[in-house]
Amino acid sequence: MTSQALLDDGWELVVGLEVHVELQTNTKMWCGCSTVFGDEPNTNVCEVCTGQPGALPVANEQAVRDAILLGLALQGRIAERCRFHRKNYFYPDLAKNYQISQYDTPLVTDGELVVEVTGDDGGVERRRVGIERLHMEEDTGKSLHVGDTGRLHGADRSLIDYNRCGIPLLEVVSHPDIRDPETAQAYLRELQAVVVATGVSDARMEEGSIRCDANVSVRRVGEELGTRTEIKNLNSVRSLGRAVRYEAQRQLAVIQDGGVIRMETRHWDESRGVTEVLRVKESVTDYRYFPDPDLVEVLSPPQRVEEIARRLPELPAATRARLTGLGVPREQAAVLVANAAVPVFDEAVAAGAEATAAANWLAGDVVGQLAAEDLSLAASGLTGAHLAELTRLIDDGTLSNTLAKEALAGVIASRGASSPAAVAAERGLEQVSDVGELQRIVDDVVAANPDTVAAIRSGNDKAIGALVGQVMKATKGQADPRKTNELLRTAIHG
Amino acid sequence: MSDLTNRTAAELADDLASGEVTSREVVDAYLARIAAVDGVDADGDVWPAKPAAALRSDEPHAYLAVTAAAARAHADDVDARRAAGAPLGPLAGVPVAVKDILTTRGVATTCGSRMLEGWLPPYDATVTRQLAAADLVVLGKTNMDEFAMGSSTESSAFGPTRNPWDLDRVPGGSSGGSAAAVAARLAPLAIGTDTGGSIRQPAAFTGLVGAKPTYGTVSRYGLVAFASSLDQAGPFARTVEDAARLHTVIAGHDPRDSTSVDAPLPDLTARLEDGVDGMRLGVIRELAGDGVDAGVGAVLREALERLAGLGAEIVDVSLPHAGYALPAYYLIAPSEASSNLARFDGVRYGNRVDAASAEEMNAATREAGFGAEVKRRIMIGTHALSSGYYDAYYLQASKVRTLIAADFRTAFDDVDALISPTAPSVAFRLGENVDDPLAMYLNDVATVPASLAGIPAISVPAGVADDGAGGRLPVGVQVMAPLLGDDVMYRVARALEAATAFDPTPRGARAVAVGEVTR
Ligand SMILES: [Zn+2]
Repeated sequence: MTSQALLDDGWELVVGLEVHVELQTNTKMWCGCSTVFGDEPNTNVCEVCTGQPGALPVANEQAVRDAILLGLALQGRIAERCRFHRKNYFYPDLAKNYQISQYDTPLVTDGELVVEVTGDDGGVERRRVGIERLHMEEDTGKSLHVGDTGRLHGADRSLIDYNRCGIPLLEVVSHPDIRDPETAQAYLRELQAVVVATGVSDARMEEGSIRCDANVSVRRVGEELGTRTEIKNLNSVRSLGRAVRYEAQRQLAVIQDGGVIRMETRHWDESRGVTEVLRVKESVTDYRYFPDPDLVEVLSPPQRVEEIARRLPELPAATRARLTGLGVPREQAAVLVANAAVPVFDEAVAAGAEATAAANWLAGDVVGQLAAEDLSLAASGLTGAHLAELTRLIDDGTLSNTLAKEALAGVIASRGASSPAAVAAERGLEQVSDVGELQRIVDDVVAANPDTVAAIRSGNDKAIGALVGQVMKATKGQADPRKTNELLRTAIHG
Repeated sequence: MSDLTNRTAAELADDLASGEVTSREVVDAYLARIAAVDGVDADGDVWPAKPAAALRSDEPHAYLAVTAAAARAHADDVDARRAAGAPLGPLAGVPVAVKDILTTRGVATTCGSRMLEGWLPPYDATVTRQLAAADLVVLGKTNMDEFAMGSSTESSAFGPTRNPWDLDRVPGGSSGGSAAAVAARLAPLAIGTDTGGSIRQPAAFTGLVGAKPTYGTVSRYGLVAFASSLDQAGPFARTVEDAARLHTVIAGHDPRDSTSVDAPLPDLTARLEDGVDGMRLGVIRELAGDGVDAGVGAVLREALERLAGLGAEIVDVSLPHAGYALPAYYLIAPSEASSNLARFDGVRYGNRVDAASAEEMNAATREAGFGAEVKRRIMIGTHALSSGYYDAYYLQASKVRTLIAADFRTAFDDVDALISPTAPSVAFRLGENVDDPLAMYLNDVATVPASLAGIPAISVPAGVADDGAGGRLPVGVQVMAPLLGDDVMYRVARALEAATAFDPTPRGARAVAVGEVTR
């Protein structure tokens, strides 16, 4: 589905995205505090990140290198010298009442991201989204408003957790090149994949390590840009698509009713599926940007950039192309890339697994199980060698698909300590392929079900399924289904 | 025993090393004088200054708090280690006073403001740590203009400090408490901070040596920021040698301050006595004429004659953009201050005035916590950074700053050091300039050029001048040197000091009485 169905003929949607990426450095942007997510409030804080008088920031070298790496991955131009600026505004979770950010000299400019969407004809269309800039800044603390609404207004009192304050952030600002919700979603997914591939962040929206705001407007095709609104609280790729779609239609309805769109920030309400006014930007906030006198220029001479460029990994588009070249379906290749499963895939193939089988297991059962347990692939302990062994056990008939799933679950449950073969042996999962044993069970089942046997003999072939089921039950699922079928047919038809 | 509180730090260091006195004896002598003279409640572990209304007109009010128990304990510890033969730094056991703008872990740091009353910093400033590591014994925290904004120490929320030479006059500012402490023999050494002249002008007003090091050579970590690109801590002392020795303790690279210079620093004392024979010294035309009081001008001329007599070549030098330094300074410093002081919002530390919402609480806290001068500068700075005005004010001032730095570089191509008066007048009367901010700002006219350029500058007492009321007050001469030329600055200052033979003892009808008090 594309935009034709979204707006009336002659109207066009215009979207630009601002994405914040929390870097996964060990320490914060300006101090040595830990960046670990989920610790007790205000335990990862010091005089610097709580803005104590006299404390000074020192830029995190690793964060700058990560920013350059992501900038290169997005085909951007790295500024040889750039500055940090102060963005001044009062807010309780901003410890210094200014945010150290970048203003007229961002670290990266002129990047791009090419995304793939499904076209009207069902084929793949590639669209280029320009990236205006990528700059470094710091995250704020988190306010917790105690009281009825859970929001600032109407709260009895507020608590602030500064653990997040000062965590390095990259803001990636796209040009308003996006014309439909699907491209917006594809852009966010692709950016997530690039971030994961470079290793600078795990880009988990649910933990807020990647956050997206959308600038949305509508216009008559060919006319000047319309007034935009900024949509916040987009907690998933799905929310982004829904919110953009809703907002485009809302704006067009307002305009067609003779109203005007106001420049405002709107909050996406996921449960009700609507955007609501958060605050009206009556006048543009004057942030009084000026160069931060506490920090020196960041110098990125070509030599340094080249050295960082050598760390650039294979980027998602190239990885997907390589995988489809190996026969992996496009959707599965995308799933592997999005879940950072390609290294395990490559390892499995190197260890002898068939590419399609390895991809199928990874994109299906593995990803599903990890999602259910909220586990990362790295934390699961599953290796490519495990996967290769699993496919081999299926191929040689030791495990059925059903048993293989159980073996896989066992490997993950052991966090990789047990191999699939070890799990199968431990739990007695090997298929019963001892013909003598199986023959005895088949004979018993045939003898115990004369009516069914008669029906099969009279041509109701499907009824054999019931007998297979009984054999399976008697063997606790460990009978080789193919063999069972074969023995049953011989026993019934002679 | 001769009077301990009249000895220089160098003398004390020798006497401590030889075992003639103990650090505890020196500290006790100073504490006794502070208790008798300064207007503190000398009771308990930390002696607070008396409330402003309870202070007498003959009390200098140099200290906001005296850390008596900690000072005695530290002195005992140094004495014990010395007795045990442990290696100690050259100034170990010598007392020092610290401006109340440098953080001291667990010891109140107010910046002279109600805003920070009761705040106990969770960490030590790098300078505080350096003093402790060198075993200088901190006597207490000294009074200052609120957040270092002022030239008289009258904007302190805790009452003004008085000039030990004339208790009806100001000691200068913003480091007036540190200056008064050293001048009134309430400490042999003190640390101040200088943004636009806040060490040099009080040194000039109180007959002391006060130096602003090259920007970036003393760590700003833990120095509560007024104007980050200008702030620099430095020494007050009664002699050039003492100043150079204290300066040596606090200089050095600090990885916690990004603007800290990571380069070898010159030895400040090695060539102190080498003299100025053969040096070329420039007199800055723009700072030596109009607006300088006759008495100050006369002292400057005498000083130049003495330097010439020592073999220096005195030349006339122009800093074409010097006239723009003061307006540029009074845009850049308030701009940075407006942002630096935003963190005082009642949320995390210091005073809070409760209100219905966070915004109202912020506003009420800042309304109650800041004094008039701080509010004035926050408003000037906020305006100068506002969109639509930024280019005309902040940006233009930054360009002027670049031009002034270039002026200095050109001048130093020709001369080894530059000379000017430190302040246009001798110390003025308490209250004289309080209602006239511009007159107050004009005090900084000769000191801000070096601040904007980041170069080292020192004020050396060069004589006395008529105070207009029958008394005589000290006059300081400023010596400026190229970036990282702090050693040259001290060498010229020492030559002038030796040729001047200035007696730093306050004297006059309204001078504070000096001399060890009987206990
Ligand atoms: Zn921290």
